[in-house]
Amino acid sequence: MTRFAMVIDTKTCIGCGDCVVACKTENKVPDGLNRDWIVEATQGRYPQLTTEFRSERCNHCSNATCVTLCPTGASHYWKGTNIVLVDPDMCTGCKACIAACPYDARLVMHPDGYVDKCTFCHHRVEEGLDPACVSSCPTRCMHFGSIDDPGSEVSRLLKTRNYKVLKPETGNEPNVYYLI
Amino acid sequence: MKEELFVTARSNALIDPGLHIWTWEVAMYLFLGGLTAGIMVFAAIMTLLRKDEEAPFAATKLALLAPIVLSLGMTTLFLDLEHKLFVFRFYTAFQVLSPMSWGAWILIVIYPVSILQILSTLRAGYPQASPYVDRFAIGKWLLDWSEAYRRPVAMAAIPFGIALGIYTGILLSAFSARPFWNSGVLGPLFLVSGLSTAAALVALVARKHSEKVLFARIDLTLIAAELALVALFIINLASGTEQQLLALDSIMSGPYTLVFWVLFVGVGLLIPLLLELLEIRGFVRRVAIVAPVLVLLGGYVLRQVMIDIGQESTWTRYDTQYNAELQERLHD
Repeated sequence: MTRFAMVIDTKTCIGCGDCVVACKTENKVPDGLNRDWIVEATQGRYPQLTTEFRSERCNHCSNATCVTLCPTGASHYWKGTNIVLVDPDMCTGCKACIAACPYDARLVMHPDGYVDKCTFCHHRVEEGLDPACVSSCPTRCMHFGSIDDPGSEVSRLLKTRNYKVLKPETGNEPNVYYLI
Repeated sequence: MKEELFVTARSNALIDPGLHIWTWEVAMYLFLGGLTAGIMVFAAIMTLLRKDEEAPFAATKLALLAPIVLSLGMTTLFLDLEHKLFVFRFYTAFQVLSPMSWGAWILIVIYPVSILQILSTLRAGYPQASPYVDRFAIGKWLLDWSEAYRRPVAMAAIPFGIALGIYTGILLSAFSARPFWNSGVLGPLFLVSGLSTAAALVALVARKHSEKVLFARIDLTLIAAELALVALFIINLASGTEQQLLALDSIMSGPYTLVFWVLFVGVGLLIPLLLELLEIRGFVRRVAIVAPVLVLLGGYVLRQVMIDIGQESTWTRYDTQYNAELQERLHD
């Protein structure tokens, strides 16, 4: 499995929301639905407060429970990578994958009814481009690439910086990393 | 203090503010699926034990209800699908690790087994209806054949019935992302509940007094077993992870406490347990209707409560909605 990872630097993210707008524009996500979102996490007690911004989305897990539990094979890995996609022509809209995702990253496309989610912009990845959110980030806090290539930018960042993933204890092996 | 808020609105329908993807349709399907499982198993057991005289309804008439009840359940399940035209996709794949895929295929196998079960007892159970089948050569041949193989058919109905009943629980327990469901006890719990509701149905509908009493006795044992499984389920959650403890809170001190303890455990299990005990001891005779009705109600409430609490239980929480608790957490 070729593993693609997104590495997001929480030290330089300012929570502007450009990644959210870029995704909606690129993928024509309908009104009122979002494939990515920004979370502001504040800790401490005034005046000693620290704030972390996180751009969140599907974690394209290496052990994705949404793929395991899909009864029709509509949820699948794209071309031997960890990129998780949904084939609308195979999706019955049973919503098992929504319940199966510990990150609540899936959504029902209205009015069609099939399940949708972040695709890591695989149509752009195929052409050697970064996902729309990554390429539109004004602070360049988002990075994308193959984690299996030791020379890639994402590998280099994970070798030299402290990082975390969300809820690793789910066992899903998420592939969106946050530099801290 | 720790507070996590959405900066950009997510508000994805069915996910925010809390996951609420499944409603009564799925709960009703799980209930009717469990009931079908129980119907098939009891009809088969009564056949194998040669109880045609002692329990004529269960041995010769009950099997007819299985495909009817199951079809009703599959209808409500279909109502729940968001992408209905693609329902056939359940049958263009078999996903070995997905209990839902197993379920879809089990449902397909259940129908022929169940229809053979009906044919094998049609002449004995429904003498008014069987001539309509006997009139055709193929119908006569089918009745003769299935009657000749009545016992093997009954033996096949038991494992398929059990598979149907237990899968409805395994289906939910396989969701590792939903802490409330993530317990191996759920499979046996749903199976026993399904058997119990079927026993209650027989106790309710059967005419013969000996049969009513027999099934009240059977149901008594099953209710006791169900209570034990509920206890194990709670012990499992109470000794679990932080997420499981938070999920348990919803029935211990949260919004579902009343419906779980009063409606499911009290009205659905303890009261019928008591009533059936009294009935068997001969203290009361008039309550014969009340206990089975409550068991059937309890069976449905179990599924509804499980669906409601389970899907809300989660690994990921954001403090997006205004809540007064945030104010308090400033002082922690």
